[in-house]
Amino acid sequence: MTAPRTLYQKIWDAHVIHTREDGADLLWVDRHLVHEGSHHAFARLAERGLRVAEPGLTTGVADHYVPTRGTPASEAIGRMIATLRENCARHGIRFFGQRDPRQGIVHVVGPEQGLTLPGLTMVCGDSHTSTHGALGAIAFGIGATEVAHVLATQTIWQKPARSLRLTFDGALGPGITAKDMALHWIARLGSGGAQGHAVEYAGSAVRALSMEGRLTLCNLSIEGGARCGMVAPDDTTFAYLEGRSFVPDGPHWEAAREAWSDLPSDADAAFDRDVTIDAAEIEPTVTWGTSPEDALPIGATVPDPDRAATDRRDHIARALDYMGLSAGRPLSGTPIDQVFIGSCTNARIEDLREAASVLAGRVAKVPGLVSPGSALVKQVAEQEGLDRVFRDAGLTWVEAGCSMCVGMNGDIVPPGKRCASTTNRNFRGRQGPGARTHLMSPAMVAAAAVTGELTDVRFLLTGRAA
Amino acid sequence: MSGWRTHSGPAVGLDQHGIDTDQLIPARFMSTPRTEGYGRFLLHDQRFEEGRPIPGHPLNTADAEDARFLIARRDFGVGSSREAAVYALVDFGIRAVIAPSFGDIFAANAVNNALAPLRVSEAAAESLLSLTGTGATELHVDLTATHMNAGQEKIAFALDDHWRTKIINGWDDIDLTGKHQGAIAAYREADMVRRPWAVVARGA
Ligand code: SF4
Repeated sequence: MTAPRTLYQKIWDAHVIHTREDGADLLWVDRHLVHEGSHHAFARLAERGLRVAEPGLTTGVADHYVPTRGTPASEAIGRMIATLRENCARHGIRFFGQRDPRQGIVHVVGPEQGLTLPGLTMVCGDSHTSTHGALGAIAFGIGATEVAHVLATQTIWQKPARSLRLTFDGALGPGITAKDMALHWIARLGSGGAQGHAVEYAGSAVRALSMEGRLTLCNLSIEGGARCGMVAPDDTTFAYLEGRSFVPDGPHWEAAREAWSDLPSDADAAFDRDVTIDAAEIEPTVTWGTSPEDALPIGATVPDPDRAATDRRDHIARALDYMGLSAGRPLSGTPIDQVFIGSCTNARIEDLREAASVLAGRVAKVPGLVSPGSALVKQVAEQEGLDRVFRDAGLTWVEAGCSMCVGMNGDIVPPGKRCASTTNRNFRGRQGPGARTHLMSPAMVAAAAVTGELTDVRFLLTGRAA
Repeated sequence: MSGWRTHSGPAVGLDQHGIDTDQLIPARFMSTPRTEGYGRFLLHDQRFEEGRPIPGHPLNTADAEDARFLIARRDFGVGSSREAAVYALVDFGIRAVIAPSFGDIFAANAVNNALAPLRVSEAAAESLLSLTGTGATELHVDLTATHMNAGQEKIAFALDDHWRTKIINGWDDIDLTGKHQGAIAAYREADMVRRPWAVVARGA
């Protein structure tokens, strides 16, 4: 009998090549995703005259800099995409470039194409690589030096993380989504709350989530400081994967299914930390400050620095100043200037459906951008007529990419403007210098668009499918 | 990359917690080749307004020009995995960041560029920040020691042993992994048999 192990431990153990005396393991990497930001890493490889060790396990995706409308906003931006294309071609790496039907945000594309599978180790030079853990993989973000290392060796040095099980018991209320679950736990534990931990999401409310919802939940793991987030694979996972482009088929599918069914944490496996959350208590949640931990239910009021814990005072005061909010006023009713629906957090088909269900037959009071997570999501959305719903509501329907999540391609929120956004970071200047970001679910963004202010979406759902 | 063991020089303080990597270097500067230098982008949107330095920012003072150390509060370098945040600090001249806690990816990136993420207690960060105020204070850091010196004061810091060795020697993981090539090849071969489904299927 082997000792009971967690999902994370099982995958980890299967990937260890060598253990160093200080406890770090050299791990085999099953999938490596690269995007435009990898130019530093490819430059390092070139400096040393090294080749990519496993081009077949590597995939290049253009996302951070791709224009969502027309041509690149500047020559420098265009060059970033061209450099990635050239690097991929030089090393024989499969590349999903602009206008490729498989292109999209790297963390939307991986699962969608079936590159992401249960039981794998995956890395990408991007912190939201945690997203892929939703399928039961160990997936985490790395920096440029580590990207170069993975390119050159297909391995990475890591020390095992501590384990944290976040159990969401019970059921979510109507209109409450995975985004609300994520903002809720991050607000509760803090943006460094899961630092150094691998999070396993468990409990009935997690089991009940669709694959899209689980991807959203795992995506935001990093905002709570976690190394990675995971959900044990189950029938939802297998049904999602079956038949996707890069998923093994025939006897390999059968063998994989069998291997995957052994992955879930053993019943008596020990976690370093356990946190339980009552799903029924979660309300539509929005951020008011400049860190994802600055989140509250929509019915709450803006926090007052003078009444906060001493070590929070300064942060709250500075955040309110940046956000142009005054302490004590209700969050609901805060006027917004624009909306953004997109990003690797919330731009999958289900997210777009959710937003469209609120927007259908209504008109937005503020302008906004809707950028589907991938070319494939865009195509499906258009088949379903969702693009019409967004356009009829007065929003702008554009191509797939990171877009206004980070503004690298030029899609930015102007200084001082307030944006209700489905993205993952409300950091100062994230959506553009001086931009004021409020994070929330796609349904909540749609509600904000319709009313022109932060609004509890539940009031707009009466008589509609949530 | 060249390593280092000791450094002495001015330390400047940023009395903020959760300084994320989007602040350390705003995304729009990241298409710049490293050879052009990233120091001017460090905390750009905190330091400059319409291209002009904001007076009073601790990094805009005369003292900051030669700064070797940066002191901040907890959760330094959280957020995006952009190694450019480390490049901005290194190119500015910073050799160690001193804070109660760091974003995991940032800390790993820092070590890979011989920038030391030195962990100190909240109280130590507090007293260092009051020492620097809006100016600077002289610090002496010896990575082989367990304390740094600020004048007469001795301040304990923590740094992972392997990281310490890497920074001191300026080691690069690609070199270190080279000697495991045989083990990697053996793993790969055995894994092909054990998990044939894990190689990338052809794709439609
Ligand atoms: S959508 Fe935003 S968070 Fe996601 S990969 Fe792109 S820039 Fe990063």
